[in-house]
Amino acid sequence: MLLAIDTSAGASVAVVDRDAGVLAEFTEPDTRRHAEVIGTLIQDALRESGVAVTDLSGVAVGMGPGPFTGLRVGIAAARAFAFGAGKPVVPVVSHDAVAFGVAEPLLVVTDARRREVYWSSYSGTDPEGLPIRASGPGLAPPQSLEEVVPDFRTFRRVDAAEVSAASLGLVAELLYLHHRPFASGEALYLRSPDVTLSAGPKRVS
Amino acid sequence: MTEPLVLGIETSCDETGIGIVRGTTLLANVISSSMDEHARYGGVVPEVAARAHLEALTPALKAALAEAGVTLAELDAVAVTSGPGLSGALMVGVGAAKALAVSLGKPLYAVNHLVGHVGADVISVRDTVDGPTEVRTRPLEYPTIALLVSGGHTSLLLVRDLISDVELLGETIDDAAGEAFDKVARLLGLPYPGGPQIDRVAASGDPKAIRFPRGLSLPKDMEKHRYDFSFSGLKTAVARWVEQKRDAGEDVPIADVAASFREAVVDVLLAKAIAACTDLGVPRLLLGGGVVANARVREVAAERAAAAGIELRIPPLDLCTDNGAMIAALGAQLVAAGRAPSRLDFGADSTLPVTTIQA
Ligand SMILES: [Zn+2]
Repeated sequence: MLLAIDTSAGASVAVVDRDAGVLAEFTEPDTRRHAEVIGTLIQDALRESGVAVTDLSGVAVGMGPGPFTGLRVGIAAARAFAFGAGKPVVPVVSHDAVAFGVAEPLLVVTDARRREVYWSSYSGTDPEGLPIRASGPGLAPPQSLEEVVPDFRTFRRVDAAEVSAASLGLVAELLYLHHRPFASGEALYLRSPDVTLSAGPKRVS
Repeated sequence: MTEPLVLGIETSCDETGIGIVRGTTLLANVISSSMDEHARYGGVVPEVAARAHLEALTPALKAALAEAGVTLAELDAVAVTSGPGLSGALMVGVGAAKALAVSLGKPLYAVNHLVGHVGADVISVRDTVDGPTEVRTRPLEYPTIALLVSGGHTSLLLVRDLISDVELLGETIDDAAGEAFDKVARLLGLPYPGGPQIDRVAASGDPKAIRFPRGLSLPKDMEKHRYDFSFSGLKTAVARWVEQKRDAGEDVPIADVAASFREAVVDVLLAKAIAACTDLGVPRLLLGGGVVANARVREVAAERAAAAGIELRIPPLDLCTDNGAMIAALGAQLVAAGRAPSRLDFGADSTLPVTTIQA
């Protein structure tokens, strides 16, 4: 059983079980209230599922890509929850949750703000039911996706406004079950910190 | 419960701080700073700070528990800074604290960063140099004036009671004092952070060499901004003075500029703090914030407080800079007073007013 958290779009928290499936899922679609809602979402998901913290085997978390500030709230929460519970963190690429269960070739596109989008392409699902990522995740202006995404025309495009923590958790359960590698433990920012190095002090007179 | 065991999380600026106290006794104070990562930018970059918090958090939690010799299960509560500060940085701590509290089933207290600096004064430190004796200072009496100065804030507070009555007398209307140190250091070709660099260079300079302006100290300003600060004009005055020298082909006397600039900052900080004490009849002054590390600030504070018959309190340096122990200490005071925990839906508030001691 896993607690799953994703804040790469809105904020979504679920409790999932490999056999019983989704036991609870709570989602806040607002993309600017992650810090406010995260605690309550976790508490509600645990309460509704009736699962005790000690019964969890880990905490799945969406590592993005996603807008930094919100994305970090979920990762910080997942790491801290796992630390408190003494359980491992299972990092998952957030787009995998959108592609979960889709057998046809799929291009997942999510909002990256500042007139850019995050994208990942999937060629379908493997025999275990896990999405097969063909390329990505990447960052691009929407108008250049066609050039950036290899074999762009072969994919059905889905623009996802939400990423389901339940789907993310189920992906993590399958990764666990089939001993597949998890995503890297690094947040998928795909952008450098927003800084411009100044050339030196400006004249004032 | 008179001696609650509280873990405090602080992420309002560029220090990831995890502290643990039992009542007023310090058990752990782990600080992980991203200062070096900001050096090449010449100032704190919020996104760089927030990314660093995310990576530093779990290792700091682990280190703090080891240092304190306690387990998570023993904690009575978790406390976290919910503001003021850099919003993206605050959110890392808030998200982590909420999840930690829920996973442990412990109460959570969201507290004010600035009041946390005042709370640092209640902490007694175990002296490990001369054996494991506890150095318990006389408890802070109220009311007290608190001058909190760092790279992120410059505030003058009237504290009538740590957990129930704090009033903002004044604050900076532009740059924080620490920021002014960084900017002037850059102007003089000194590395970041500017405070220690200016301090070092100023040691051989003449503080009276150049009379730089004291912000918001003219009679007309004092009417409206008696306890407010402004360092932007000072920074510009220093820049202009240095440019004129350079344009005239003369050498810039770096030591004198640094010493004179520092004197202007320190003078205005202490003039306003002491004025608040005398105006309001409060014979106590507490200093807090990273700028307290500046030797000249402590020196002038001691001189002027003594001259005015004011008791001066300066917590140990690692409790003056941003840290989690002060947040834990303030949380412990709230727990000991029987305050209810914060609701789980509080947010990170970059402009949280000092009157909101607990969010
Ligand atoms: Zn501070």
